[in-house]
Amino acid sequence: MASTILEMRDITKTFPGVKALSNVNLSVEEGEIHAVVGENGAGKSTLMKVLSGVYASGTYDGAIVYRGEECHFKGIHDSEHKGIVIIHQELALVPMLSIAENIFLGNEHARFGIIDWNANETRTSALLKKVGLKEDPKTLITNIGVGKQQLVEIAKALSKEVKLLILDEPTASLSEKDSQALLDLLLEFKRQGITSILISHKLNEVNRVADKVTIIRDGRTIETLAKKDISEDRIITSMVGRSLDDRYPPREPKIGEIVLQVKDWSVYHPIHAERQVIKGIDINVRKGEVVGIAGLMGAGRTEFAMSLFGRSYGRRITGEVLLKGKPIDVSSVSKAVEHGIAYVTEDRKTYGLNLIDHIKHNITLANLPGVSRHAVIDDLRELAVANDYKAKTNIRSSSVYQMTGNLSGGNQQKVVLSKWLFANPEVLILDEPTRGIDVGAKYEIYTIIARLASEGKAIVVISSEMPELLGITDRIYVMNEGRIVGEMPAADASQEKIMRAIVRGEGKAS
Amino acid sequence: MTTESAPAPKSGVAEDVQQGPRVAVSALITNLREYGLILALIAIMVFFQFTTSGTLFKPVNLSNLVQQNSFIIVMALGMLLVIVSGHIDLSVGSVAGFIGALAAMMMVIWPLGPFSNPLVVSIICLIIGGGIGAAQGYWIAYHRIPSFIVTLAGMLIFRGICQALLGGGSSVGPLPDGFKALSSGFIPDVIGPLTLIPPTVNAAGKTIIGSGLTLHMTTILIGVVAVLAYAYFGLKARRTREQHGYEAEPFTLFVVKTLVTSALALFLVYQFATYKGLPIVLMVMGVLIALFVFVTKRMTIGRRIYAMGGNAKAAQLSGIKTERLTLMVFVNMGVLSALGGLIIAARLGQAVPAAGLGSELDVIAAVFIGGASAMGGVGQVIGAVVGGFIMGVMNNGMSIMGVNVDWQQVVKGLVLLGAVVFDVYNKNKG
Repeated sequence: MASTILEMRDITKTFPGVKALSNVNLSVEEGEIHAVVGENGAGKSTLMKVLSGVYASGTYDGAIVYRGEECHFKGIHDSEHKGIVIIHQELALVPMLSIAENIFLGNEHARFGIIDWNANETRTSALLKKVGLKEDPKTLITNIGVGKQQLVEIAKALSKEVKLLILDEPTASLSEKDSQALLDLLLEFKRQGITSILISHKLNEVNRVADKVTIIRDGRTIETLAKKDISEDRIITSMVGRSLDDRYPPREPKIGEIVLQVKDWSVYHPIHAERQVIKGIDINVRKGEVVGIAGLMGAGRTEFAMSLFGRSYGRRITGEVLLKGKPIDVSSVSKAVEHGIAYVTEDRKTYGLNLIDHIKHNITLANLPGVSRHAVIDDLRELAVANDYKAKTNIRSSSVYQMTGNLSGGNQQKVVLSKWLFANPEVLILDEPTRGIDVGAKYEIYTIIARLASEGKAIVVISSEMPELLGITDRIYVMNEGRIVGEMPAADASQEKIMRAIVRGEGKAS
Repeated sequence: MTTESAPAPKSGVAEDVQQGPRVAVSALITNLREYGLILALIAIMVFFQFTTSGTLFKPVNLSNLVQQNSFIIVMALGMLLVIVSGHIDLSVGSVAGFIGALAAMMMVIWPLGPFSNPLVVSIICLIIGGGIGAAQGYWIAYHRIPSFIVTLAGMLIFRGICQALLGGGSSVGPLPDGFKALSSGFIPDVIGPLTLIPPTVNAAGKTIIGSGLTLHMTTILIGVVAVLAYAYFGLKARRTREQHGYEAEPFTLFVVKTLVTSALALFLVYQFATYKGLPIVLMVMGVLIALFVFVTKRMTIGRRIYAMGGNAKAAQLSGIKTERLTLMVFVNMGVLSALGGLIIAARLGQAVPAAGLGSELDVIAAVFIGGASAMGGVGQVIGAVVGGFIMGVMNNGMSIMGVNVDWQQVVKGLVLLGAVVFDVYNKNKG
């Protein structure tokens, strides 16, 4: 009988305004592979950050019992000291250092600060053998692929004498072959007695390797399934089974002719030139219609939208864009904007706002000619426009002269939306329009979307939150691995149907 | 959930009015940096006025000060845009030196016939400066080579060409008087001088009463008109803002600011008027400062430069052609470096291999003292100009005091560090 290696009891973690985890329980037995699944934003990553001490003891409620003793990790060093190692989705390797240097970074074999490279490289070779990676320890990280980098991360974990290995979406950016190799490695570790926690939403992988599955939804533990009970249907139902209440404003769609049509759109990765990210997508959007694009992270939705918007992503872009039946040139952002296409980014801080400038300047940035004459800005007109949109989108701030960097996420999102509304587009592509904002602000964003649709705009909403898509769209495309794998009217759609399309689509990928 | 989703409708304007006093206070705090800078300049001026026993504000010295430092301020205008857009230009001193050498060769050595006319040469030199800016900007904008590296290369290249043009260590001159007027000339007195209290001379030829001061009346007129225009437009802009329910600055603050600035300007104008009038180079500088304030504050291109410096990716995704804009910023820098080079050559009356050597550091320091951020996106034209004057007054004042050049550098370095530390401290506190 295996003993319990880890028990997390009644973990509750609150962020300002949001309860990310409430009374989550997780019990992991020694030597098993325990999968944790849930939708994006369900709280999986937060839970793992609590476990690894990223959120220090005291910032959450509940207890962590590891190998029979209650632990209070103050930081990631404390948990690593006990043999708990987490491998994040974004790899934390230094690209211009070698494999050996990365594995022993901060932990080098050294005497009086002088590194013993022979010892480091000998140990690295041994570790690489364990993870099945045939590379010279001196190879630079930047010269090996993502799959191999993942293995280096694991080798690094082994160097710390890991007892409990946590992998956060390890296969998200790996090819099918690399993914299989990684899963095999996990099974091999299991034979050696290392316990693993696997966070994933690829259900076929979970099915293949997991001994137990814990499903988390909305920051709560739904259930833990033993090996014999694991089935895709059961997991899907638990993952998404939530009721839809009045979280979405009512609207009566008035749908007209096709406004935007994209034909056979293909895009290659900007750096890995041989990797095709978008594989021949065809979509269309009608006047007054809200179209959703569903899919998991990494499905290529953002890449698709950005490549469409003035080739802001990718290389070797092919395909055709038609606006009201006429082919248009969208080869630069300004051309796309001129043709009436607007893209509201998923990452407002990096791509959407000038955080060190105020609301007024941000709102008019995409349409400066709209507030100027002969390239001279009319201050008062600009102020009037800014105040107008501040009122229309209900931006809460002391004035339009407040720095956007000091606004809450919801208000920042409204500023980005205002910017694009002022550019007066015909097609509005909204990428994760409600990510990271509170429920009240979400409702306001939905209201704005509904109003825009009733004004006759064609709207595309990309979202990882399926209830949101079901609540506000008229038609849903399902995307997976760079392809459209399903299309359904929102009225007929359900979270199960979408999830099925994704899961089934996964196998089809060549 | 319903309470959250149904916020009270409130117009933005009404809110502004309600929160008026608080906005005013915060405006005072945010503007403290700007006022603080002008106050610092005044304090430094007063300090040197005492330590130099009144020499600093002597009309002849003021003229010298302007003529010695105007090229720093002219180049600082371009550098401000470069730094605001998130870049740096280390080549400006070398480009200035090269252009000075080129201009001298064209006017004095090469047999160019009518093309050696100072005006023609100046125009050609400004165009070549723009070309140099374009050549450097091309690599920075379209090939994403860090500006530090490209312009470091430019710094070496153009200093080398400058020295080669002049044939090793020799200097080329003298330059024609018409050209030298750019730096050492004064505006003509079209109105005619006015003698204040005509001196009464006794039989022995000694003045017994009267100052004998003659005033350059055109200078006085320009000064008074400029100050009135400044006050008028300031007030007008304020009125329109008030009518639309937005005014951040308290009225008293506005009056004090306007009065202090006007008084300072009139005092300087008076001092110039008692000497030979306004230096031509000061007029050139004044026009350029006004132009750049307008471009940065009111024109779309100025706004786009700030947006690009604040967040280049967001700017690009807003339809701003960031590559072309970067190129234009460097072309502008090149033209102003060329103008700086012409001003240096005109002041010296000849081209020397070391012209403008190290001046890139003074120019960059002026911009940073003026409150620009090394990260880009932040900085004001007036700040850079005041920063330039702070550097200039310190150079001039310390020279008169007889401070060793070595120690002058130490003091300037400390002032630069102090200004930026003060700035960062202020930001963190706010």
